[in-house]
Amino acid sequence: MNAAAGPRLAGGLAVAGVAVLLGFFVFVPLCSIAFEALRAGWPAAAATFADPYARDAIGLTLLAASVTIVVNGAFGVLAGWTLTKYTFPGKSLLLAAIDLPLTISPVVAGLALLLCFGERAPLGGWFAAHGLKIAFAPPGIILATIFVTFPYVARETVALMGESGTELEEAALGLGATVWQTFCRVTFPRARWAILNGLLLCNARALGEFGAVSVISGSIRGLTDTVSLHIDILYNEDNLVGAFTLAGALALTAIALTLVRDAIDPHRQPG
Amino acid sequence: MSIVGIVVFVPLAALVLSLNGITPASFASTAFSAGALAAYRLSFGCAILASAIDVAAGLAIAATIVRYPSGGMRVLDALVDVPFALPPAVTGITLATLYGPHGWIGSWLIAHGFAIAYTPAGIVLALAFVGMPFVVRTVQPVIAALPREFGHAAASLGATRFTVLRRITLPLIAPALLTGFALALARTLGEYGSVIFIAGNMPGKTEVIPLIIVSRLEQYDFAGAAAIALVSLLVSFAMLLAINALQRRLLDARSAA
Repeated sequence: MNAAAGPRLAGGLAVAGVAVLLGFFVFVPLCSIAFEALRAGWPAAAATFADPYARDAIGLTLLAASVTIVVNGAFGVLAGWTLTKYTFPGKSLLLAAIDLPLTISPVVAGLALLLCFGERAPLGGWFAAHGLKIAFAPPGIILATIFVTFPYVARETVALMGESGTELEEAALGLGATVWQTFCRVTFPRARWAILNGLLLCNARALGEFGAVSVISGSIRGLTDTVSLHIDILYNEDNLVGAFTLAGALALTAIALTLVRDAIDPHRQPG
Repeated sequence: MSIVGIVVFVPLAALVLSLNGITPASFASTAFSAGALAAYRLSFGCAILASAIDVAAGLAIAATIVRYPSGGMRVLDALVDVPFALPPAVTGITLATLYGPHGWIGSWLIAHGFAIAYTPAGIVLALAFVGMPFVVRTVQPVIAALPREFGHAAASLGATRFTVLRRITLPLIAPALLTGFALALARTLGEYGSVIFIAGNMPGKTEVIPLIIVSRLEQYDFAGAAAIALVSLLVSFAMLLAINALQRRLLDARSAA
């Protein structure tokens, strides 16, 4: 009996320890968001969304996130396809370059974009001369969001398309299918969960991007203010209810996207 | 594939080119000023410490999730992803409020003589929070796939549980632990949103690298910001390359054995 009770006790202690650790460090902070948001009651929290600046911030965030998932989705599929089905010189360099935005601080990414597209930079100056202001304007925010979330879809598609090999594509091409038919009928259907998975992650990150966006946006209320930046503004104005209400809404969206993603994750399915 | 070039390389080139026309002396005086050096020390120190904490905590969490699956464990498993899912600004204000002088945890800690908010401990806490999922999610599948036979064989030959852990289990999961450490480090080194609120941002004391870059920018010192950014980029790349090399040696040693 003691031989069985020992490991069972150890198991119970391990589970309890992990429950306390995650509960204290993750669950309590999560609860505190809701508590701070609702500290002054539902009406006060709901009033946050009536503020036109907050609405503008939500609008801009949704715009930036939608453009980002379209651009990075298209790029991710293309990158997965070319990087796994073809071999060419410089391929490993490209693979490394795709991951680069993950290792670069968002602030450094924002700074690099600012130095590139600011009005005093050659590229930014050229765009400004042609009537397109990028830095301190919505296009800069969209660009920063694209940069920071650039790798997410590509990583998923490269991993999955790499695993699935090229035999089926070679068979389809050998039977007379065009490259486009092969892509649509063979490669894409097998990669669609990986693509969706990457898109969800990309979207969650895009909605919450802060560092890069804050450097390039200038946080102009009503114009270049995103939800994350607006949270920062409200928090610094000691409007904790407003800050935590927006934070709660943003957190709920991001967590929901993550849970959906966990449910369909192709890598975590058994077998 | 020129898209990669445009999106990734052009901005980085702009970062380097913006330093064009700066003398080495003025570069050094900005990039290695006392304030910048303090920020490097603080950022790298806190990120390494936080990632090390994540390795220990992440290993315990991952092993427990794999070894004791149950309905409740699926809730804990989902909680692991929360720090990864939370937007940085949300993490930042939440931790700063919770551990701040008026927060649930912070007020209790201060009553007992510990201050976390606005000290380096707060920075480590925020970074450990952000980096934790990277370790768990890297180590978890490796633990799940561990061959039990080796452990059983060793135990039947008289090895104690501790010997099995030290001689068999840890060497098998060491590469994954190292990958988790590198991922957590890569993320935490540049972390901005989740840190700035709890850090308090006192120059020389709790001012991390991203923050010193932002404060240079606010003074329109673009070259200074770029110089500090470049140094921090190079150091973090060098660290991550070193970890990769170490990992390759671990894997080589394993396939040779």
